[in-house]
Amino acid sequence: MTDQAEEIVSYPGAKRPDRTRWVSANGLRIAVYEWGPADAPPIAMAHGGFDFAGTFDVFAPLLVQGGYRCVSWDARGHGDSNWSVLYSWGGDLRDALAVLDSVSPDPVPFLGHSKGGGVMLELADACPHRVSHVINLDGLPSKNNWPDVSDRERTRMVHTEITGWLDHRRSAVDKQRRPDTLDGLAQRRARMNPRLDPEWLRYLVTVGARHDADGWRWKLDPTLRMGGFGPWRPEWSMQRVPGIGAPFLGVLGLEVEAMGWGTTTDDVLPYLPPGAEFVPLEGVGHFVHIEQPRVVADLVLDFLA
Amino acid sequence: MSAAAASSSVNFVRNGRADLAVHHLRGGTGRPLLLLHGLAERTPDTAPATVDHWVGPVCGLDFIGHGSSTIPAGGGYTAEVLMADVDAALGELGPCTILGRGLGAYVALLIAGARPELVRGAILADGPGLIGGGIRPSSPLVVPLDPALPVPPDPLALAELSRDVRPPDYAAEFVRMALHGSGLDQPIAVAAVVRPEWLTGVVGEFGVIELTVESALARFARID
Repeated sequence: MTDQAEEIVSYPGAKRPDRTRWVSANGLRIAVYEWGPADAPPIAMAHGGFDFAGTFDVFAPLLVQGGYRCVSWDARGHGDSNWSVLYSWGGDLRDALAVLDSVSPDPVPFLGHSKGGGVMLELADACPHRVSHVINLDGLPSKNNWPDVSDRERTRMVHTEITGWLDHRRSAVDKQRRPDTLDGLAQRRARMNPRLDPEWLRYLVTVGARHDADGWRWKLDPTLRMGGFGPWRPEWSMQRVPGIGAPFLGVLGLEVEAMGWGTTTDDVLPYLPPGAEFVPLEGVGHFVHIEQPRVVADLVLDFLA
Repeated sequence: MSAAAASSSVNFVRNGRADLAVHHLRGGTGRPLLLLHGLAERTPDTAPATVDHWVGPVCGLDFIGHGSSTIPAGGGYTAEVLMADVDAALGELGPCTILGRGLGAYVALLIAGARPELVRGAILADGPGLIGGGIRPSSPLVVPLDPALPVPPDPLALAELSRDVRPPDYAAEFVRMALHGSGLDQPIAVAAVVRPEWLTGVVGEFGVIELTVESALARFARID
């Protein structure tokens, strides 16, 4: 699937998937990756927004050591999956279900980080007959990081966001992401994720970016844009949690970061379903499974056991 | 194709990776009137009788997944995406008055707020898809559809755009943006008889007037 395997830098514990394959999701080609024996019990794992399945390259092998097969996929527009005409939450849900259909008709554990946690939470709500456990890694939104401003100022900010998105949509289709050196791309990512090991970010570039003649580019559709607007409210995602009937594990990083939600323990506790396990991690940021892969893998393995 | 349809013309506007059909239904002098159809509809072959007194050109946009516009693989439809469709059409047509039916009425509101300098009055009329998916999410539904099926309208468009969430305060924000940015005292006219919660929220805002389609067209025809 990748033509740059020889350029991948090493990182302690990181391992590329054992198998790659494709799934057609309503006509879109989705790249699917598996770590572990093909006959081992599966875990369906969704990455976060603007990430890709390779972000599980350290975490997934730890779960494999516990006897599992980890199945993840690049969301539409991310990694090696097709760039799409349209992007939406509903589209991501359907793509996830298409992958799940290729894994097992029986209930399997759902695991998701950040936006992927929200996607798998909603998929668990929509398809309770397909899920055995729900594992949410810092993917429970709150409105703590929404700006506290007047209605007039909010209207102005929303309008700026909308016109920026419309202008971007008109112009971005013929653009490419800005190329950079390997170190340059890693440093740009470090500005968004200052807590992550620079060597990990260099590794991530070599598995999540494309090496063109003029430099490295993240394999992300240039029409995708950070931020956004719309009718969605963060509390709506949290309100799906209490109704989850499968065993639930929530892991929350308590260090506030730009890409996280700023969700606190008090935000989560009222919504936990009966018997849920919830582990807030002090001194850990939004990427809990990357900052503390061993700790989080042990939590998951204990939970599934 | 009817004789009337044969006399109209269509051109395509590129937006993102989609080609959007803009039908030129009738010529005229002055500012164009842009028609936005309802959910699962397409631009009509001829200008409807309700717009007979509009002296400017009359055009209609086929939303993505509808009519002659692109059907994208994998869906991903939102009302905001349709708003971007209209934005692309306005980029070609210049300032327009907009008449939206059903889903098109909601999209007319969104673009009136997003591009107030380009929308010289938006009329919100009854039609398919006016109600939407309510003010908050309902039980989630994930329905895979056979990708071999899509002919317009795309079944994924119907599935997604009949469930899009429309909180009244979100809709009202677009009225405020239209009011602040258009320079018009009443940039939004509500002609719809049916009043889902989002539309009730809109009607309660300054800058919104309740009129028939014909009266609203006459009113907006008089503005620069």
